[in-house]
Amino acid sequence: MEKEVKFSDETLALVHKIMKRYPEGKHKSAIIPILHLAQMEFDGWLSPETMDYVASILRIQPIEVYEVASFYSMFNLKPVGKCLVEVCRTGPCWLLGAEDLVRHIEKKLNIKDGETTADGMFTLKTVECLASCGTAPMMQIGETYHENLTCDKVDQVLNEYRQKGERVTHWDKKHIKAQQ
Amino acid sequence: MGKQLLLDNIHAPGIATLGVYREFGGYKALEKALKMKPEELVDEVKKSGLRGRGGAGFPTGMKWGFLAKPEGVPRHLVCNADESEPGTFKDRYLMERKPHLLIEGMIIGSFALGARTSYIYIRGEMMYVYHILEQAIQDAYDAGLLGENIMGSGYSLDLHVHPGGGAYICGEETALIESLEGKRGNPRIKPPFPAVSGVWNRPTVVNNVETIAAVVPIVNMGGEEYAKIGVGKSTGTKLISACGHINKPGVYEIDLGLPVEEFLYSDNYCGGIRNGNKLKAVVAGGSSVPILPAELFLKTAKGEPRLMSYESLADGGFATGTMLGSGGFIVMDDTASVVKNLWNFTRFYHHESCGQCSPCREGTGWMEKVLYRILDGHGKKEDVDLLWDIQSKIDGKTICPLGDAAAWPVASAIRHFRSEFEEYIKNPGSIKDVKHYYRLHNEKEPAY
Ligand SMILES: Cc1cc2nc3c(=O)[nH]c(=O)nc-3n(C[C@H](O)[C@H](O)[C@H](O)COP(=O)(O)O)c2cc1C
Ligand code: SF4
Ligand code: FES
Repeated sequence: MEKEVKFSDETLALVHKIMKRYPEGKHKSAIIPILHLAQMEFDGWLSPETMDYVASILRIQPIEVYEVASFYSMFNLKPVGKCLVEVCRTGPCWLLGAEDLVRHIEKKLNIKDGETTADGMFTLKTVECLASCGTAPMMQIGETYHENLTCDKVDQVLNEYRQKGERVTHWDKKHIKAQQ
Repeated sequence: MGKQLLLDNIHAPGIATLGVYREFGGYKALEKALKMKPEELVDEVKKSGLRGRGGAGFPTGMKWGFLAKPEGVPRHLVCNADESEPGTFKDRYLMERKPHLLIEGMIIGSFALGARTSYIYIRGEMMYVYHILEQAIQDAYDAGLLGENIMGSGYSLDLHVHPGGGAYICGEETALIESLEGKRGNPRIKPPFPAVSGVWNRPTVVNNVETIAAVVPIVNMGGEEYAKIGVGKSTGTKLISACGHINKPGVYEIDLGLPVEEFLYSDNYCGGIRNGNKLKAVVAGGSSVPILPAELFLKTAKGEPRLMSYESLADGGFATGTMLGSGGFIVMDDTASVVKNLWNFTRFYHHESCGQCSPCREGTGWMEKVLYRILDGHGKKEDVDLLWDIQSKIDGKTICPLGDAAAWPVASAIRHFRSEFEEYIKNPGSIKDVKHYYRLHNEKEPAY
């Protein structure tokens, strides 16, 4: 059985708070923040059911949500592992060895860019410049920037996430509690 | 070292908190500003000579002066914190460490423009900074610096932070506005300009993080004093984010007009090229600006030492000059391949094109493929001219400047490093260390 798509009370309260930040009748503006919250709450990706649910909250057509979700790179339209490992692949990071890093991770996790490990723990995704070029090469996992990376450091970081075994998302759950 | 108007006390413990920020004189400028008339504030900014720090360098006071003020229509100040131009990481640094500097600037700017609700649009990837700003805004509300009747002045303002979803194009101001309205980030055709019809068709000013932060020292010291820093029409200080093959990458605040040689080699700044290597090329203002070879970077074509200023970096036009841009300073030593780096940037622009205009949507893809073909050892003699032709058909022929931003790196690389392309084509064996990264995405079919 699929579980029901519904925000927790805490998250829903935050959703309504965010919708009030925009003028009367312009609450569609809240769509991007709400999609981030949806990824946080519903396994790190946006299923059609999740997007329909977001449309119903915003009182807009589902197509308006699909349109937005498919435009922005942070929204995953397919399931992802518990840890989305986002390695920067743009010029400045590349000049300082981002490519070696990607190859190292591919080998270590036995997956290619865009794939998920068999145990569902990691998905590797290469992304564009994250405004951290002075500490290149770097990667992002959840909200955390891991900078000045070497292959050894990557191993260490990935092991830590594996040990914790928890799902991490860009909008980290800890901030929901903090905001109440 | 130059004056530290933005980065002063950046390493003071707790400077991210309201209390410590105020101990170091924070919100003094706001107190002063709220006693002035909005027009006087706009005048101070005009006098300061401040130019937009987001990349285009448009005079901020003039932009504020253009804002339409129709009766009964709310207007908005929107801060562009999308910072996605490769090589640029100054705004993130500033917001993470001194969030209240941006908030203070936002309140002053909003007051000057008569905005009652303002937004900070921050790229979604910087979610941890989003939360830092949320906290700082909450603290400012609690201290009576936001909300109703700020500091007893009668002026009220709501300030919100809004995360993006991951799209370089949303740094372009009309795409940012579309995104803030909850849509795809497709740039709008101008006119109308945001100053007349911006977010929700209301008059809107969009300014970069650093631009808004600079308003704080301008109010503190007065526009005239600020204008004394710098050289000519490049007034004040500028944050430069330096990266690539240098000894000391990081964010530096310089007085505009600092000689580039000093910036590059002094231990106060970049500290020279790593491993004692030789300088090959510099992309001085974010990935979009023309690349310059070492000689033309250090000295203009006329043989004058180049300065870190809008005018000096642009000296010689695109034939022999470049742009200050966003301040994303990318250095390449003699181990770097200009063609490989260009391929990566072109791949980036192709990936980030919103797809509305065919020259940009198709042209960026074609350039990426031709460059890949060259790097894959299958370059054709006519490929360099082909690349030139494609870029010239993008430049100036699109809705937004992303098209130009994709064309300029290609044009400048060919202009200054044509022989490197030709060598790769004539002698594929000279392409060292090719790893075919792109292949990972296109394992079965070649990319061209
Ligand atoms: C493709 C593209 C990306 C841009 N990205 C940014 C950005 O990340 N941050 C920014 O402040 N300006 C960016 N700009 C410039 C903005 O359109 C706009 O000029 C700027 O926000 C105005 O603020 P300023 O006058 O304070 O510089 C970008 C422009 C283009 C064409
Ligand atoms: S130039 Fe490129 S990014 Fe800009 S509107 Fe046209 S297609 Fe979109
Ligand atoms: S290029 Fe990787 S963070 Fe900028």
